[in-house]
Amino acid sequence: MNTKSRIMVAVAALMLILTFFFPLWTIDLNAPQYPEGLGIRIWLDQISGMKPNDLQSINGLNHYIGMKVIDPESIPELKIMPYIIVFMIVFGLLNAYMKNRKLIYIWLILFIILGVIGMYDFYMWEYDYGHQLNPDAPIKVPGMTYQPPLIGSKQLLNISAVSLPSTAAIVIFISMFLNIAALYVDTKSKKHEN
Amino acid sequence: MKNISRKTLLSAFGILFLIALTYAGCNQSKTSLSGNEAEQVYVAPGTYDEFYLFTSGGFSGQMGVYGLPSGRHFKTISVFAQNPETGYGYSEETKAMLNTTYGFIPWDDSHHPEFSMTDGVPDGRFIFINGNNTPRVAKIDLKEFETTEIIEIPNSAGNHASPFVTENTEYIIASTRFSIPIPQSDVSISSYKENFKGTISFIKLDPKTEKMNLEFQIIVPGFNYDLAHAGKGPSHDWAFFTSYNSEQANSLLEINASKNDKDFVAAVNWKKAEQYLKEGKAKTYDAEYYRNYVDHKTQIAVSEKNNQVKVLDPKDCPGMMYYLPTPKSPHGVDVDPTGEYIVAGGKLASVIPVHSFTKMMKAIEEKQFDGEIAGIPILKYDAVVAGEVKDPGLGPLHTEFDDNGYAYTSAFISSEIVKWKIGTWEVVDRIPTYYSIGHLCIPGGDSKKPYGKYVIALNKITKDRYLPTGPELTQSAQLIDITGEKMKLLLDFPTVGEPHYAQAIPSDLIMKNSVKFYKIEENGNPYAVKGEKDSRVERKGNEVHIYMSAMRSHFSPDNIEGVKVGDVVYFHVTNLEQDWDVPHGFAIKGMNNSELLIMPGATRTIKWEPKKVGVYPFYCSDFCSALHQEMQGYVRVSPSNSNVPLAFSLGN
Repeated sequence: MNTKSRIMVAVAALMLILTFFFPLWTIDLNAPQYPEGLGIRIWLDQISGMKPNDLQSINGLNHYIGMKVIDPESIPELKIMPYIIVFMIVFGLLNAYMKNRKLIYIWLILFIILGVIGMYDFYMWEYDYGHQLNPDAPIKVPGMTYQPPLIGSKQLLNISAVSLPSTAAIVIFISMFLNIAALYVDTKSKKHEN
Repeated sequence: MKNISRKTLLSAFGILFLIALTYAGCNQSKTSLSGNEAEQVYVAPGTYDEFYLFTSGGFSGQMGVYGLPSGRHFKTISVFAQNPETGYGYSEETKAMLNTTYGFIPWDDSHHPEFSMTDGVPDGRFIFINGNNTPRVAKIDLKEFETTEIIEIPNSAGNHASPFVTENTEYIIASTRFSIPIPQSDVSISSYKENFKGTISFIKLDPKTEKMNLEFQIIVPGFNYDLAHAGKGPSHDWAFFTSYNSEQANSLLEINASKNDKDFVAAVNWKKAEQYLKEGKAKTYDAEYYRNYVDHKTQIAVSEKNNQVKVLDPKDCPGMMYYLPTPKSPHGVDVDPTGEYIVAGGKLASVIPVHSFTKMMKAIEEKQFDGEIAGIPILKYDAVVAGEVKDPGLGPLHTEFDDNGYAYTSAFISSEIVKWKIGTWEVVDRIPTYYSIGHLCIPGGDSKKPYGKYVIALNKITKDRYLPTGPELTQSAQLIDITGEKMKLLLDFPTVGEPHYAQAIPSDLIMKNSVKFYKIEENGNPYAVKGEKDSRVERKGNEVHIYMSAMRSHFSPDNIEGVKVGDVVYFHVTNLEQDWDVPHGFAIKGMNNSELLIMPGATRTIKWEPKKVGVYPFYCSDFCSALHQEMQGYVRVSPSNSNVPLAFSLGN
């Protein structure tokens, strides 16, 4: 493998450090009486409000319709995800050192599988929150469930929920793309040598 | 034939036109608006006003907050009067704000709002206002729009020339309208000339702690000190006070205090006063007064009693104070943006005298005196006057300034605002006001950098301006555009209480600092509950303390038993919300007290002494949520000799 590709693989691994400092996903809740906005930020290791007390406000709203309280402590994925990213960083740096194309393929496939599992898991959490409603909820709308969208927007009673990947997710995409690009650059340079 | 008829037609139209003009002239007060006035005051839904306007509440003892140019009323800030709407002055946390040496006083008469200033320009930190009847000065924090400190002023009566701040809010100055025996004593009223004195008080604002402290007073001859303004720029070290009743009459003042051709503007060099204070020239007087302030940590108002005050006598302090003769019973005294001109509104005078600071300093240097009163030299009128504004309207009272070198004086008797040029003293425009204008206000109009744009007329009488509401009619303000050569009336808007004086400031200086809610983790009230799980009921002898939380849409606890007739029950209610604009209210049946209105993250306490056996419902009185009507609970009150155990619960 040529030096250029190795640098690309190393950069792709190192840039994953950024995912610890930016949210992965955002869910914004838009309603007329919240002109200042209301939203959730999902990080590798935590769930926070867009503003300091948004999570409390959202839990306050959710209790009317009987949704469970969003408690980051009760979500095991938030404890696992940081380790997965650390593993991918180490694996990526090792790839830059080992110069083995096969291992880069494995890194990529593994990351894609993890991503798909992550999205499925996220969907299941959303499904669970949206459907497992307290039968004693003050407000019950027949046939209504409150699952937020995975990506895109959805009207839930008076609230329009918009769910979108955020900075950390984009960093992961770029990291993957850099690995693909590294493989491509490597192939091209070999052709030149031939 | 054709020609004749055209001529006839034209002249007929001409006559009609003249009639129309005359008619319009007769009804000018009602129909003079034409053009784009509506657009100029229209603030579209969801957009903000350009200025905040703070008006005195007059005999309501409060302060009004309005937007300009819309004239919309946003809030009434509780200052010197109890307010059952918020629990101010009723709740245990706020009661102490209204303590005085005369006991708890639930009312006062507030006249003059005045912003804190930095470099002679309003800085948007605080606004001060006077309590006229029982002399006090209040400080309102503009982050919260709440009164956070009230200081009582001893040796004073009728705290009218108050509060006016120096260029960097070094001092808030106040003085007596009613002279009284100092110290108070049982003397004949007819011994006025002998025994009655006035005082000028200097309240220091500590730049670090932002606390007010009565630093010193100056004892002055027994005139009526009416209004004041601090100097700026070159006159930074000075403050100016109008006085009337130099006749020292103690009865039928309307005749007996209007005899002298000239009364005085008192000029006080506060820097020199500070120096004399340091040199130990002050005498210590026994004088009781309260300082009430909101403790930062607990957010509870605390009263602190003081027993002494330092008093300077001009006799012992040469060069500290001078009198400038001024015709005739002057009311307002206003200093122009450059700090050079001191404008006095001689309410019975036929001219507006304008004194020159430079000339005053020169006259002092050259000792151009015309006698003295109680050790205070009287300067010669001709040696200090810079000019006189001729034909300024009848009863000129107050003057504010724009950013283009013009002054605007209110004239009470002729009910108008008169615009004149500083330097030439020439009247350039006048506009009628409806009716009987007192003060007037230009945004930043008493500062070094007026914003100009509008003048607000603060009127005493409204008569036919609004729909009638029985014998009592609204007070009112009028918004006038001053950007053009001619002043132009834009809008009438009613105000709360009597708007004596008002001050306006650009919105962005205040709105960016506005507190949205209090952080619950910073709540230092010893009776707060930080979460629902801490809510509880405790008995201490016959006192029952209910540590209650409020959260959409329930109180915790909401079922309480074991309270007995004869108990003193304290509801300590903490609003656990951490969201903007979600206060909760609290009220219980039969309570001889006001409701509580509790801001998010705050704790408020109300006292209840149940007198009859029964079950008493309580509820949230501020519509908080879709389940607001469910936000309620019960307290069971048993006979005083019963054995019902103390119990409390939520969701049993």
